[in-house]
Amino acid sequence: MKFLVCISLVPDTTTKISFVDNDTKFNNDKVQWILNPYDEWYALVRALELKEANGGNVTVINVGSAENDQVIRKALAIGADDAIRIDAAGDLDSYAIAAEIAAAAKSGGFDVILLGKETISYNGSNLGGMLAELLDLPFVSYASKLDMTGNTASIDRDIEGGKEVLSVDTPFVISCAKGMAEARIPNMKGIMAAKSKPLQVVTPQGVGSLTSTVKYELPPAKSACKMVSPDNVEELVQLLHNEAKMI
Amino acid sequence: MAVLFLVETAGGKVKKASFEIATYAAKTASALGTEAVGLALGTTDAGELAALGIYGAKKIVHAGNAGFDNFDAGTYAKAIADTAAAVGAKVIAISQTLTGKAVAPRVAVRLNAGIVSGAVSLPDADFVVKKAAFSGKAFAYLKINSDNKVISVVPNSVGAVKGDGSAAVENADLVPAVSKIMVKEVVRQTGDVAPLPEAELVVSAGRGMKGPENWGIVEDLAKVLGATTACSRPVADVHWRPHHEHVGQTGVAIRPNLYIAIGISGAIQHLAGVNQSKCIVVINKDPEAPFFKAADYGICGDLFEVVPKLTEAIKAFKSSQH
Repeated sequence: MKFLVCISLVPDTTTKISFVDNDTKFNNDKVQWILNPYDEWYALVRALELKEANGGNVTVINVGSAENDQVIRKALAIGADDAIRIDAAGDLDSYAIAAEIAAAAKSGGFDVILLGKETISYNGSNLGGMLAELLDLPFVSYASKLDMTGNTASIDRDIEGGKEVLSVDTPFVISCAKGMAEARIPNMKGIMAAKSKPLQVVTPQGVGSLTSTVKYELPPAKSACKMVSPDNVEELVQLLHNEAKMI
Repeated sequence: MAVLFLVETAGGKVKKASFEIATYAAKTASALGTEAVGLALGTTDAGELAALGIYGAKKIVHAGNAGFDNFDAGTYAKAIADTAAAVGAKVIAISQTLTGKAVAPRVAVRLNAGIVSGAVSLPDADFVVKKAAFSGKAFAYLKINSDNKVISVVPNSVGAVKGDGSAAVENADLVPAVSKIMVKEVVRQTGDVAPLPEAELVVSAGRGMKGPENWGIVEDLAKVLGATTACSRPVADVHWRPHHEHVGQTGVAIRPNLYIAIGISGAIQHLAGVNQSKCIVVINKDPEAPFFKAADYGICGDLFEVVPKLTEAIKAFKSSQH
């Protein structure tokens, strides 16, 4: 079975976010770039687990410049067999990225295309649905469990206040949420092996974005927390009613 | 021309987020000099659909084919795109619910439309839309440059506004495309409170509760407020509470009006999922808990004493209001 795992690079969760050029561009200075946690912890690791159980191949794919290679190698160190980087630079929106990945995936004969539920940078959840539509495949989003028997998958999908248990035959696209797998830390053997694993660089199709970022903004500074005595919870009730208008 | 919005239903009833998306579509349509049209897919109460008129919808297209009762992003996207063409809609508004997250990007591809997902504002005259980014640590303003436009809107971000209009319900003979996804089972929590992503009031608790047997005081507080209960990641990980209650970066991201955090220290990953709450109350015995820095109101004290007292105080306050 052939698995394709879409990976994004995102600023580390603890990164202090700031902007430059009149708040029109993200400030890359001193940013630690990491594999998007949901792509890594859930999508990649579950693909590896399924490969280890049933055989097959796990390819990771990323859209971006050569600066991304270091992080792509981490995915290889965790256990992916090979990688594709679509050599596109600049600010691409989710549609442009999906179109590039779909073009590269079309001829790959992949059975399952996996990705995290969203990125922690743009929190969009767009890529999976777009890929499925571009490739005319079924799409299961926010899956917390994926088991394979032959070419048939049994999937748990999160819904508001519960879950659905689904069945779908390959090929399909799936976005992965908590519960799918436990994170793996690359070991020295994996790190050494990753250096010689194939990383294919592909020329982009040059698909244009349909949206553009006009500006960024930081949330207004939070005013200091108003502390209430534990012996006077009635004061909190009054504050919530009169000041915050919440109750 | 129209602004088309997706009406989400559960058990034949219109979901709360759909009242808000009707308002959003109506306001957007008004700015564009056109009308808001809803699309409801599957078995739904017609009276419920007509009630969407109160929120500004002029017409609801109801494709009542039971084949739509099981959600499939592909069949929904086709139905939405086909309806957009039929009613001449170039703007599509969808709630950023779990359903919306799956279907909106497919609709965007079908219509060759730019998409802003997770919008928290109405579009301006240039179709620039505000959305939260970097797990709530910033906002981005995105401009949709394509002719067709898709916006998915975070529940509880612009509010549902009631007016006095009414909506005509028009039946449509849409037939779902054959789905390749089989639904074997649907497991839903029971109860009469809103599911977490739509909840306006949330009472959440963490490891400070010391064990699942102590959750009664959290549920009591939630009950007097009419709030939905939630929990932090460690609590879900050790199965003190069900997975679907877990809020935070790895769990459900929420945007309630009021978020009361009990015995939760406020790790950055937890804050990433709740920092869009309009008002945050933190109850924790550790004065150094980082959550106090993100809170509007705080009580530093023993939660096992504070929470029952707060429940009684709210109960007394509510009685005095009647």
